[in-house]
Amino acid sequence: MKISEIKNLINGRIICGEDREDYSVEVAFASDLMSDVLTLKDDHVLLITGLNNLQTIRTAEMSDIHCIILARNKKASQEMLDLASENGQILIECRYSVFKTCGLLFQAGVKPIF
Amino acid sequence: MHFEYSIEGGNFSRAGYASSEIKKLLKQLNVDMGIIKRTVVACYEAEVNVVAHAYSGTIYVDLNTDLIRIRLQDEGPGIPDIDQAMQEGFSTASSKVREMGFGAGMGLPNIKKNADKMEISSEVGKGTTLEITMFLQ
Repeated sequence: MKISEIKNLINGRIICGEDREDYSVEVAFASDLMSDVLTLKDDHVLLITGLNNLQTIRTAEMSDIHCIILARNKKASQEMLDLASENGQILIECRYSVFKTCGLLFQAGVKPIF
Repeated sequence: MHFEYSIEGGNFSRAGYASSEIKKLLKQLNVDMGIIKRTVVACYEAEVNVVAHAYSGTIYVDLNTDLIRIRLQDEGPGIPDIDQAMQEGFSTASSKVREMGFGAGMGLPNIKKNADKMEISSEVGKGTTLEITMFLQ
């Protein structure tokens, strides 16, 4: 599913990587625990999280995750935006809970990793 | 080739900077993407451990056509019981570390899963040395 579709589904706002709306993801993972994210073997995963700090961006970078949804109305800091921009990552802010965000994306066909 | 990176204990803004530099370096050297991912995940987990638990540390990276060797040497409290620290779920992390999304006792086991070889030694009151080896052939 394209980032542009994801953004519309969750009523989100792309705050970094606006020029990459054509980037596509098939699978997603939701967690606030970065240690869990670091155990994922899959690449090009969409990460849905309510954890808004620099380690969210770093963890995604190490895990080859190119798109992150910050749910629960969490806002990215300037430091996070700068690093995500440097890494070429897409950041989407969303007002919905992690549960609702996941539910909408699952219903629309985004697959879980396991 | 040999590279060194310093780590500052407690500085979470910089945690992962060295691992990020190592990732860029391995990409430039056209190392297999799967090996890069396992290497940097292991290295990042170890770097976060140094930031979370030690006062300071250094990452020494040596690589040739056969292998990548990453040694993280820190000055810190050390690990009293390495077998216990290796158990999934065991953690002595502070609340600040947990707020960062870590501290669930998954770091060392995940390093072991990703590394081709992992060696750890520690002296209480002095520090810990962790060595990650990845075979390229």
